[in-house]
Amino acid sequence: MEAVALNNITKTYGKEKKVAVDDISLTVNKGELFGLIGPDGAGKTSIFRILTTVLLPDGGTATVDGFDVVKDYKQIRNNVGYMPGKFSLYQDMTIEENIHFFATVFGTTVEANYELIKDIYVQIEPFKNRRAGKLSGGMKQKLALCCALIHKPTVLFLDEPTTGVDPVSRKEFWEMLKRLKQQDITIVVSTPYMDEASLCDRIALMQNGEILSIDTPDNIIGSYPGQLYQIKADRMYDLLKELNNYPDTLSCFIFGEYLHLLLKDNSEQSRNQLMTHLQSNGYNNIEMDIVKPTIEDCFIKLLKN
Amino acid sequence: MKETVIKTEKLTKRFGDFIATNEITLEVYKGEIFGFLGANGAGKTTAMRMLCGLSIPSSGDAAIAGYDVYKQTEQIKKNIGYMSQKFSLYEDLTVLENIKFFGGIYGLTDKKIKSKSEELLNELGMESEAKKLVGSLPLGWKQKLSFSVAILHEPKIVFLDEPTGGVDPVTRRQFWDLIYNAAERGITIFVTTHYMDEAEYCNRISIMVDGRIKALNSPANLKKQFSVNSMDEVFFELARGAKRGE
Amino acid sequence: MKQFLTFVKKEFAHVLRDRKTLLILFGLPVVQILIFGFALTNEVKKSKIIIVDQAKDLASQKIITKIGTSQYFDIENTAMNRQQIEKQFKEGEIKLAVIFPEHFNHDLLHQNKATIQVIADSTDPNTANTLTNYLSSVIADYQTELNRKSQTPYRIIPEMRMLYNPELKGAPNFVPGVMALVLMLVCVMMTAISIVKEKETGTMEILLVSPFRPILVILAKAFPYLILSLGNVCTILLLSVFVLGLPISGSIFLLFAESTLFIITCLSLGLLISVNTESQQVAMLISLMGMLLPTVMFSGFMFPIENMPVALQWLSNLIPAKWFYIIVKSIMIKGVGFTAIWQETLILVGITLILLTVSIKNFKIRLA
Repeated sequence: MEAVALNNITKTYGKEKKVAVDDISLTVNKGELFGLIGPDGAGKTSIFRILTTVLLPDGGTATVDGFDVVKDYKQIRNNVGYMPGKFSLYQDMTIEENIHFFATVFGTTVEANYELIKDIYVQIEPFKNRRAGKLSGGMKQKLALCCALIHKPTVLFLDEPTTGVDPVSRKEFWEMLKRLKQQDITIVVSTPYMDEASLCDRIALMQNGEILSIDTPDNIIGSYPGQLYQIKADRMYDLLKELNNYPDTLSCFIFGEYLHLLLKDNSEQSRNQLMTHLQSNGYNNIEMDIVKPTIEDCFIKLLKN
Repeated sequence: MKETVIKTEKLTKRFGDFIATNEITLEVYKGEIFGFLGANGAGKTTAMRMLCGLSIPSSGDAAIAGYDVYKQTEQIKKNIGYMSQKFSLYEDLTVLENIKFFGGIYGLTDKKIKSKSEELLNELGMESEAKKLVGSLPLGWKQKLSFSVAILHEPKIVFLDEPTGGVDPVTRRQFWDLIYNAAERGITIFVTTHYMDEAEYCNRISIMVDGRIKALNSPANLKKQFSVNSMDEVFFELARGAKRGE
Repeated sequence: MKQFLTFVKKEFAHVLRDRKTLLILFGLPVVQILIFGFALTNEVKKSKIIIVDQAKDLASQKIITKIGTSQYFDIENTAMNRQQIEKQFKEGEIKLAVIFPEHFNHDLLHQNKATIQVIADSTDPNTANTLTNYLSSVIADYQTELNRKSQTPYRIIPEMRMLYNPELKGAPNFVPGVMALVLMLVCVMMTAISIVKEKETGTMEILLVSPFRPILVILAKAFPYLILSLGNVCTILLLSVFVLGLPISGSIFLLFAESTLFIITCLSLGLLISVNTESQQVAMLISLMGMLLPTVMFSGFMFPIENMPVALQWLSNLIPAKWFYIIVKSIMIKGVGFTAIWQETLILVGITLILLTVSIKNFKIRLA
């Protein structure tokens, strides 16, 4: 059975009927770690709110665990775990008080499902008497995750849990999520960080309320049209401008220390032509190799279409 | 001979017993793109506030654009630009109104404001949005506009606090295009970010851990130093031992 | 200088584009002037009084006519006995009673002086003073007329008796008013803000996505303020009895029971505000401007309601504080029992039920 299903969901806001979610359909399988990947304004938060039943869609239907988000919202609210975008914990209550509160709200106790949150909780337990407002970003994340898990939900919705958090904490967080998967909980996560996409089982790339692609990360990378080169030289910014003016270039973007280049012609000959061109224009230490595209490359390519 | 625009010597900020920024020493050169990295709570924001003239240090020295950070904070503010995710432009004013306002605040003449506005709108391709309220623009455009306004008065240094958060990959790169452009014109860029690939775009980087600078070098040298292939891994090596993440 | 002007220009833009603020900036003074100009006045007109004419002679009839034509008095009834008068006072039906003794004219003619008994409800000492002054001047008028026609001076002496508050202390008037105000402030504003705060910080979102029923959220939020407010009532009463020297004439139990009712009314009002606002600032603004200000103006605490235009008098009936103020005054100062205030109590109950029903219906189980 599908854990989550969206069928032609649409959501508009305001008098001008700004479209936040545009006719979206997707399914998430039970036990999957599913990622909604896209920048601000893609519609991720709206979708989360519709699935957790706190927002009514303007069109289409959706189910969670087989329950309809409009008619059966009570059952959904009893069974899912939710971590909204803003850190929504009680700032003036301690870690321990927050967890106890949420456990009680869900009609359970901390002890009942302790095994589930143990791995995460032990990291913040030494600070259990500290108020949530005084925790660092990484610790707040861990606490919020514990509070969302404490009632052993069937589906866990995490809306941008790693936004604004440093790379180390982000990495740790995703490791926690992977361990959770083993407990057979379906997890739906949203993130603007493309590098996190590869950590999911399947992802949906989104922009402006539309889905650009849904598949496993490997498949999406596999379906990248064309051969991607990574190229670098001694004067990167000049190289970027040079390549963008080069007639054979399809697209050229900066990617960390390399540029990712797509040529119109994928032949060896065209590659050599480019090398010669660059050398004669005074570029030194040129490195040019074929490289496997990343999710970000795929996203950019899909955007251009 | 490279001109130094930021020079600090054991710059420290204490809040009671807590040392937020602990004796940081660094030098930034004109036209450089300097990446200021660190985990949350490492002391980056406190350090930046001192460099912007917004907070008086507890001890140590610093000169920003040649002005002393204790005695000449007003001159510092006149010579720098600032942009952060939280504050950029006034949402209920139009694009043009925002430009005119900030131009006026920076002390530019009417004539200069007019020519700069045209130049800016042209560069960003936003001529047709000039009279629209900033609040109605997509996030990416707001960020780009915000940056352009921050350097409207051609400051010596511009401080950027996580300027590309939540923005799509294409817009992010367009933003960095603007940054490169500004650097070429001689404006020094002091930027903090959580995107490790953006760390690669910088000439040099410093990484703060627990209030101290634990590394300061070019991305290439740092990777060599730690024998890793990406800035991600460099950061990981340095930051994971941090105590302040608690 | 130029920078300053630039900034000023920007501020104008902000202000002019914010419709809601503009409404308050320009609308409020207009409304206030109109209200203060037409509605709120310390003058007392058309007060209900009772005249008992035991003399039924020429002199008394003349004075009664004079009183009747005065714009200040509205003669309610003329034939009553002591107990009926007492009851009318207790229920707040009349503010003043004038009693002519049996041999009024006779006394005047033969002794050149007569007394008229005047009983005033002095729970509101200002009104009492004003009314007795008006009455004295009517009587003095008649006295002057009489004296013009004769050689010997006549003297009509009004014997004043101030009921309930013989020392004309201000406390009996403002203590109930303060109680109403304090309870309104704490309960309405704090409840509203507390609920809206959950919406603002996002914790409401998590609470919604849980089995916890929204009604319990509301009750849980209201409860501390209920206890706190009862505590406040205690403090106010203790202070008023022991520091201001104002005893409680009626049943303390009844006073607390009615206070609890009023607290629940205010909590419901706070709930209604919170259901319809999204930010703590707006909640606070509405509580202060929308609730506190009308309460001060229309509850009868500062300005007598009887003198307002009829439309505003009707409006004042909607203000819960008005009814509570009457109830508290009656219990504390007049010492009446439930039978005298059952109508006001019923009205409060009605208002509360309406507020609760509307709030609960509008309580959003979703964010939008």
